Formats: sequence, structure tokens, C-alpha cells
Amino acid sequence: MSAPVNENTVNSTAIISIENIYLLIGFVVMFLVVKTLQDKQHPQKYTTALFWFLFGNVFLFGDLSIKLIGESLTYQWVGFSVIAIALLAGFGKVSMGSYHQPSAEQLESDAKRIGNKLFVPAVLIPVVTVVCTLLLSNLNIAEVYLFDQKHVTLASLTLACGVALIVAWRFTSGSPFQALSESRRLVDSIGWAAILPQMLAMLGGVFIVANTGTAIQDLVKLFISPDNRFMLVVLYCVGMALFTMIMGNAFAAFPVMTAGVALPFLIEGHGAAAAPLVAIGMYSGYCGTLMTPMAANFNIVPAALLDLKDKYQVIKVQIPTAIALLIINIFLMYGVIFND
Amino acid sequence: MFDLNYMPLIGILVVVVGFALKFNPLLVVTAAGLATGIAVDMDFIALIETFGEKFMNSRQLASFLLILPVIAILERYGLQQRAKTWIANIKGATTTRILSMYFVVRECSAALGLLSLAGQAQTVRPLLAPMVLGAATNTHGDLPKPIKDLISAHAAACDNIAVFFGEDIFIAFGAVLLMDAFLKENGIAGIEPLHIGLWAIPTAIAALIVHLFRLARFEAKIRNLIAEHKSQQTKNAEGALS
Repeated sequence: MSAPVNENTVNSTAIISIENIYLLIGFVVMFLVVKTLQDKQHPQKYTTALFWFLFGNVFLFGDLSIKLIGESLTYQWVGFSVIAIALLAGFGKVSMGSYHQPSAEQLESDAKRIGNKLFVPAVLIPVVTVVCTLLLSNLNIAEVYLFDQKHVTLASLTLACGVALIVAWRFTSGSPFQALSESRRLVDSIGWAAILPQMLAMLGGVFIVANTGTAIQDLVKLFISPDNRFMLVVLYCVGMALFTMIMGNAFAAFPVMTAGVALPFLIEGHGAAAAPLVAIGMYSGYCGTLMTPMAANFNIVPAALLDLKDKYQVIKVQIPTAIALLIINIFLMYGVIFND
Repeated sequence: MFDLNYMPLIGILVVVVGFALKFNPLLVVTAAGLATGIAVDMDFIALIETFGEKFMNSRQLASFLLILPVIAILERYGLQQRAKTWIANIKGATTTRILSMYFVVRECSAALGLLSLAGQAQTVRPLLAPMVLGAATNTHGDLPKPIKDLISAHAAACDNIAVFFGEDIFIAFGAVLLMDAFLKENGIAGIEPLHIGLWAIPTAIAALIVHLFRLARFEAKIRNLIAEHKSQQTKNAEGALS
């Protein structure tokens, strides 16, 4: 799940700051835009390039724009860019290009030549990330930190990618530039799904402003018989799963469903124990995450990454486990939360 | 109870209907946002600003784009081929055994808070999927595309399920802190994150049992699917001869 950012109150400068990470992502995306424009066999190179250009813009110029013209105007142009991005993707104007693929024999001989060293950079990404997070998170010289103190994991991951790229450069005969070019194949195969999580965060924001949560609570109250403990538990668990499927994220569903069902009826109404209630409730939400294309990072992106013909196949494989666990959660919750 | 305002719910309806009609999800989500904003009489420019602000503030979600160049260059020099060869040299490495082992290691490490130790882009695409495909090829010979896809999808599912149901045991993880903060905000005292983490354990164990049970039956399923595929091919070949 995408964890909410751990908000430390430290205000400090850092070399790998979140702003610099966004700039880096922006440069990577813009590099891909140029490569797309150079792709002569691309069937939709202008609209695909525009799609990624609008996206990369937000990373490259977003923070600068806030400094220059203020938050209000910046959010407006970003907002309009987002709508343009959705329209480009929605009308099928974003597609794969053409890529130079080495032959199978070439790949085999390279793999044989380089050997198990090929694994090293891939393994370095997680190892360096964890080591940096655990050991180097507070590294600083005269109050200038290496890692952004509010985003230590993300900064560590960025450093790890850099280290892995350099090591890969040494072991293979390919340069970091070639790595960037090659990554266009992967980014294109993910396509619009790469942007869905941010779009859902945006929808969640609109729901909060529009008080959708309150409306859901009112709606839920129409269907509840406050005396039926078992049905309340079922409603809470299944509601968590369903609302998570709509929002793509259990964190977005949790406050709404817990305030609407669990808190008034189960905790206050029947004296349910809060700790197991919320723990199992959140896990019921995760069952929903496994069953929805809205959780693009977990379900749709991997299908693209693995080149699956059916982009819902990961979800289909997960559904039996998810439903079994949802049922287990319901009975487990019913069995443990009531003390009397 | 009778002055229920349904207008803010219109976005949910748009999402459900949009998905049922198979529109592009980006379009559906944007339309849902616009519809909700308009339904509750938000000023249009303010609505666009909300779009922009939330989109900007969730940019960290795109950080996986930084991993892709590394994976891309390694694949360009035969990473997947190497993973297959490597597995081929390990005796007794079957698809199911590799997936089960990965599941256990991933769930345990997630329970210890090591969430970024693996992931779809970092480990499933470059390492796990090629390894299990390699193992399946070892056992069954060349695989048709639908079976390859099924095995790859299982690799992705293992990563998701293991990390989801492991991570809430780790008390410093976002979800546990979110639940803790929610309870405190709503005036429920005397609960520590540790209690919430402990109550995540039964479901975590259930996830382990349920999924390992499914994986245990998966090897036989692959065998059946391949037998089916082969008999289909023989039939087709006979049909072509006669």
C-alpha cells in the first residue's frame, strides 16, 4: 500500500531532497518524450509524446512554478494538464512505439558472458535502500542532510537506483543513457496506468471537499439494524472491501467506513474492542485492494510489466485468496471483538 | 435521516458505471471528480485547483519510474535469460516451491518492516517471474503463452498478497499509525500501535495458510493445463492430416 508520508517536523536542507527527486523524475520523463519524438515508426508519436510531456512538466516545473507565480495559478495549470492527460489516454491516443530488441542469441551470449553479476544491480536496489534507511538516514554535515528527512525511504531508493545504474554500467557494456532509452519500452508498456494512482489521490481530494464521506455514512445508516451484531460486522468488512475497490486504496476507505459503521454501532453501540476491530477492518480493505484495477500499482502495472495478454489476470489470480480471507476476517472479527 | 444528500455520491456512481462500460480509467476518474465537484456546486476554478493540488502533492507515487532504467539495461543484457539458467541448475526447484518460498520470505520481511526489499518492478519482473518460468520449463518443457501468463500472474499475486498481509504487523508502518491516529482523534484512549499490530497476526497467518494451500495445488494445475494443451494440439494435427 502507499503509506502516508511520515511527517516529521524537521525542516532541513538535504542533498537528495524531495524537490530534487521530482526534478530527476521530470528529466527522465522528458528524456523519454524526446526519444518518443525521434521514433519514426511510432504510430501515435505526437500524442504519446504530449501525454508524457504534460506529465513530466508537473515534475520539472511544478515547484518552480509555485515559487514564481504562486500556488493558485500553478494548481490551475496542473489541473488543466491533468484533464488533458485524461482526455489523451481516454481517447486512445497513447500507445507503444518501436524498439530495438536484441535477438534471443544475443541475449543468451550476453547473459553467459556477464554471468551472475547481472543480478548484482537488481539486488543492490533493495539492499542499498534498506541500509540507507536504517543506517544513514541522519547523515549530515553542518545541518545539510544527505536524505530528505521527511522522505528518507524515497530518497534512499533514489540513491539506490543511482548506485545500481553505475554498477550496471560497469558490468554490462551499456551506458546510463542507454538504460534510459531502454526504459522507454517498459514505461510505454505501463502507459496510462502509471498515472492512475495520482489521479485517484486527486479524486479522493475532491471527495473530501465534497463531503462524500458524510453522505456514505448517512446512506449506510439507512440499511443497518443496530441490534444485529453479525450483520454489522459483515457490513463493516464487506463495506471496507467494496469501498477500497472503488477508491483503489484501503487508506482512503478506512476513515469513512470506520467512522460510519464501526465507531457508532460496533464500538459505542456494542462495546467492541477497538484494536482488533480496526486491525481486521483494515485487512478487509486490503482484500478489496487485491480485487480492483483501481489499485493500478499492484494489479495493472505488474500485468503490463510481465507482458500479460489479459491485463486483469493478476486480479483474477488473487480473487480466490482475497474472498477466502474476507470471509475469515468476518468470522474472526465477530469472534474476538465482543467481550460480553 | 430523510434529508439525505445524495449529490456527493455521484462520483462513486460514475466510477462504477464508467468501469462497467470499460472506459479508460483515467477518463473515468477525472469525470468522477468533475461530476462530484459540479454536483456539490463547487466553483469550477476551485475544482481545477483541487485537481492540481492533489495531483502535485501525490507525485511521490511516480517514484517507481526511477527503478525502470536499471531493470531495462539489465534485461537488455540478458537478465531474464540468466535467471532462467540459474534456476535450471538448482535441483528440485519447481514453480510452486519457488513461489512458496518467496511468499514466506516476503511476508516475514514485510512484518519486520522491510517493505522496500522487493516489489513488482524491483523483483517480480526481473527475477521472480523468469525464475518460476524457468523452473516450469525445466519440469514441463516449452510452455504455451496462456500458461506462461498464468504463472507470471501468480508471481505478481504472491508479491502483493505477502506484502499486504505482512506489513500491518510492523507497528511503525503507515497503516498502523493511521489507525492509531484515527482512534485517538475519535477519543478512544488506551490503545497502543502494538495492540493493533498484534491483532494483524491472525489474518497474516490465515493469508499464509490459504495462499500456500493454493500454491500447493498449482503445480498439478499446470500439469493438467499442459496435458490439455498437448492433446488439443494433437487433435489439431490429426484434423489437419485427415
